[in-house]
Amino acid sequence: MPAMSDEEIPRNILLTTVDAVYNWGRRGSTWPVMFGLACCAIEMIAAACARYDIARFGMELFRPSPRQADLLLVNGTITQKMAPQVLRIYNQMAEPKYVIAMGSCAISGGMFTSYAVLQGIDEIIPVDVYVPGCPPRPEALVYGFMKLHEKIMKQSIKTVPWFAKEPALRPAPQPQPASE
Amino acid sequence: MSVQIPPTERLRTDTIEINMGPHHPSTHGVFRMVLTLDGETVVDLEPRFGYLHRGIEKTAEERTYVQNVPFTDRLDYICGITNNWAYALALEKLAGIEVPERAEYIRVILGELTRVMNHMLAIGFLWNDLGATTFTPVVYAFRERERILDLIEMAAGSRMMPSYIRAGGVVADLPEEFMPRLQKLVPHLKRFIDEMDTMLTKNEIFRARAVGVGVLKAKDAINAGITGPVLRASGVKYDIRKADSYSIYDRFDFEVPVHTAGDVYARYLQRLAEARQSLRIIEQAMRDIPEGPVTSLPYKQLSRLKPPKGEAYGRIESPKGELGFYLVSDGSNKPYRFRIRSTSLLNLTLLREMCLGHKVADVVTILGSIDITLGDVDR
Repeated sequence: MPAMSDEEIPRNILLTTVDAVYNWGRRGSTWPVMFGLACCAIEMIAAACARYDIARFGMELFRPSPRQADLLLVNGTITQKMAPQVLRIYNQMAEPKYVIAMGSCAISGGMFTSYAVLQGIDEIIPVDVYVPGCPPRPEALVYGFMKLHEKIMKQSIKTVPWFAKEPALRPAPQPQPASE
Repeated sequence: MSVQIPPTERLRTDTIEINMGPHHPSTHGVFRMVLTLDGETVVDLEPRFGYLHRGIEKTAEERTYVQNVPFTDRLDYICGITNNWAYALALEKLAGIEVPERAEYIRVILGELTRVMNHMLAIGFLWNDLGATTFTPVVYAFRERERILDLIEMAAGSRMMPSYIRAGGVVADLPEEFMPRLQKLVPHLKRFIDEMDTMLTKNEIFRARAVGVGVLKAKDAINAGITGPVLRASGVKYDIRKADSYSIYDRFDFEVPVHTAGDVYARYLQRLAEARQSLRIIEQAMRDIPEGPVTSLPYKQLSRLKPPKGEAYGRIESPKGELGFYLVSDGSNKPYRFRIRSTSLLNLTLLREMCLGHKVADVVTILGSIDITLGDVDR
């Protein structure tokens, strides 16, 4: 990098890395899918509303279409009947995509250890951040967003799979028949 | 030059079948409808449930009576308090448990707060479904919901899933700062409901979308077992708080509002009127609440509770309608049968009849006006 004289700096020149700018931009506009499964969805809406206001992080824009979204918030109990639909939404999202498992049901099935409930969303799709609670308070969800932001900031444009020359993209998970 | 258009027959088109849900922004959860459309008119509608079926009724048979309280929270997850209440009432009937005076008042106060909250959210989501985009009405409703949740959290320690009302009373006494906060909140909520009334009721667009849409006749509603605001908006004056008075509702002076049109607009007006009556009850309960114990059954006894053989049905007027729990005991510490008479499922039964002949955009409005929670539908 050529040496830059100190005079340049007062003329509004900022020195940074591509990674920092790229990740900063992605972090500030992580749009979630407008997707509600169960109880936690109400707390997700509460987090989007006046008191907790995730617009502060540029995340208030819930996209009804998974194609326009970056973040899948799995908020609630995933039943065996719903699991293929969640998977389909995940597969429809474009890279880069992130998943937050919100609440005990999405993490491990929670209190519903029954014939109808999938015991954790990470059995079918990869999860980036787990937010425990039943349901988690909106503050907890916001903390989960902070953790996701930290994760995004640590990624490098050199190594992310969606810019690789031979894209080693993660294979799309396929629906499996429900086990007994 | 004018072109003479010959009188043609009605243009014949094929019907189209579309699938709405389970992931749809306006289906209030994971609800799926298969719509058959002729142009934009709904000619057939088939609801498909079960995307949130968690097997609560079966799982509950393997847990003790007190362990089942958290399951009730997660049925209709917007109003946890009233769900706890219905279950507690059934269990009290089954085991013959008395409830102290103060606990009854606390139940009424929190139950009615829940009703106000539910109706405000219902109106907010209805407006969201109507296309008030970027959910402004929901934001307002949630602002007030937070204030009510503060109080519930103060009493129960949890915002949404209180598990606060248990058989024999409530878990703990109200903290000291509860009553002053409530006294401030009630006039505030009154103002908020008035504000909603002024801003929404006479809105021309709302009236055009809601008046005469999704009409439900009183006779059909009774035959289908529909209860709650949806039934009363069709002109049937049936409220379990009056018809089969439970707890201490006979001591309060309140009215059961009724609207006769049975359309989306009437259901909106009905919720507004009911929220006002709830605040009236809270004011009276606040004035009369006595001092004293809050439970007749300490936790150690409750956790070992073994009701005598028999069965009991406890029902309350939950914000959405009649919520009942039917418990069968075989003398052990676990229920032999744990049946939930859920409100939302029965209120949903006439969705097809309400939607036929309307435009596809009205389907979400009608669904929003019924006010369902999928946790309650699928259980």
